[in-house]
Amino acid sequence: MALLEVRALSKSFRGLRAVSGASFDVPEGGLVALIGPNGAGKTTIFNMAAGVYSPDEGQIAFGGRRIDGLRPHQICAAGIGRTFQIVKPFAGLSVLDNVIVGALQREPGVPGARARALGILDRLGLAAKQDLPASSLTLPDRKRLEVARALATGPRLLLLDEVMAGLRPTECDQMVAVFRELNRGGLTILLIEHVMRAVMALAQQVVVLHHGEIIARGAPAEVVRDPAVLECYLGEDTEV
Amino acid sequence: MSRDARIGALLAVLAAALIALPLAANSYLLSVATLVLYFAYTGQAWNVMMGFAGQLSLGHALYVGLGAYAAAALFTQFGIGPWAGMWLAMALCVAAGVAIGFLAFRFGISGVYFALLTIAFAEFTRIGFDHIGWLGGPGGLFLKVEAHKTADLANLRGGQTMFYYVMLALASGAFALCAWLLRSRAGYYWRAIREDEEAARALGINTFRWKLLAVAISAAMTSLAGVFFAFYYNNLFPEQIFHISQSIEIILGPIVGGVGTLFGPILGAAMLTTLADALNNLVAAMGWDIPGVKQVFYGVILLLVVMFVPNGIWPPIAKWLGLGRGS
Repeated sequence: MALLEVRALSKSFRGLRAVSGASFDVPEGGLVALIGPNGAGKTTIFNMAAGVYSPDEGQIAFGGRRIDGLRPHQICAAGIGRTFQIVKPFAGLSVLDNVIVGALQREPGVPGARARALGILDRLGLAAKQDLPASSLTLPDRKRLEVARALATGPRLLLLDEVMAGLRPTECDQMVAVFRELNRGGLTILLIEHVMRAVMALAQQVVVLHHGEIIARGAPAEVVRDPAVLECYLGEDTEV
Repeated sequence: MSRDARIGALLAVLAAALIALPLAANSYLLSVATLVLYFAYTGQAWNVMMGFAGQLSLGHALYVGLGAYAAAALFTQFGIGPWAGMWLAMALCVAAGVAIGFLAFRFGISGVYFALLTIAFAEFTRIGFDHIGWLGGPGGLFLKVEAHKTADLANLRGGQTMFYYVMLALASGAFALCAWLLRSRAGYYWRAIREDEEAARALGINTFRWKLLAVAISAAMTSLAGVFFAFYYNNLFPEQIFHISQSIEIILGPIVGGVGTLFGPILGAAMLTTLADALNNLVAAMGWDIPGVKQVFYGVILLLVVMFVPNGIWPPIAKWLGLGRGS
């Protein structure tokens, strides 16, 4: 049984079918990437898994338990952490306080949560900036803070929504190294990503979405050679 | 000295000065100081909702009024003293606050629309009380005034010095409670909700429940200010105690002093109340008759604060004293 099981998931917005009958698995300890052109429905699937939307049809199971329709804070308590595509730091709080808020999910006392948060900041290379207000961080650091905060909630599955967007290639490679290490430590990761450099370097399995439907899945090297994938990315008359 | 030691020293000096004040001050100065503490207290209570949890209330007069009327009604109609009556006052205000909060948060009313809702509830409670004949209606509810040589603390009947110390105890208690709340799990969750509610939810925070808690605590604290108001002034009029100007006066202190800080409401109340009073005296001494001079003064101060210290006057002072970012 996979850790996350998405079955025949559909969601429409005012008649526009954003996701249509999508099914895929994220195995325990796996690192799966969800890719596709803009408007393919990636973020909609993501938001259903994170509790922002309820699906119209289909189900999502996490660790064998249905989670579709739960509220975001219940999803977090169940063990799924998420980041936001447009980063949402608590701008007025210090970097450390940002992460303490997440850590309180697992450590009810503030001193325990502080210790947990300090450990996570250290792992993500933000320890030196712990007392700065989050508003003063650069974009790469804000993305790192976003990940640190989600990790502090102690997730079994981490949902990453385009964390590489806007990063320079070297910064992107650093992030890839962070996620690879987290994954090696046993954390399951599902990422939505446009940056193929990161997808090719990270993902064990890629799921390709187009017009709300899954058109291909497999290892990264296979998927990028799939004619259907090339067609949706490059247009049907292109010869490769 | 460490940051904590400096804050401790500041608090010790402040506490010693406030405790010793009745030895040096006459009854008039003591009444001004009581008013300062009153607004420091209500400002602190409002700050729990707005400064900590980011929920703007422009109707806190509702809780002052309900608290005042509850305790005064029990006292005048049934002879039940304020120390028992305050529990009913608190329960009533918590119920009102939770009802308003439930409606607003359940149906996703936030920001200025939430603020409008708080005004609406205060306003129609004001109009409602005008029609409760049993409590005096628009003619007001009065507590018996007698000359008190000794302080009767049990019934809160006494002179200026007693009321000063009662208000000092309330304001100190509110300060301690807020300092503790801010460092607790609730303080972290409230500030997270204030900064970004969606991100707070994603971190496992049941924002609905924590916002309701902020409203409940703020309403309960404010209700005690109402109980004090009733026994201090001995008269209550719906047009006065539920009036929006009452709500505005409550929030001016923390806005001028620094929203979300612990010392801001105290500093703001001290500055506004003493300066407004000095201005009133000056105008009277000059023999001028300028109605509304206090409101104009508040407007000017607010304008200056918004222009030059938009986070309030406490944060820059805290920085200068080496106390770190506004605590």
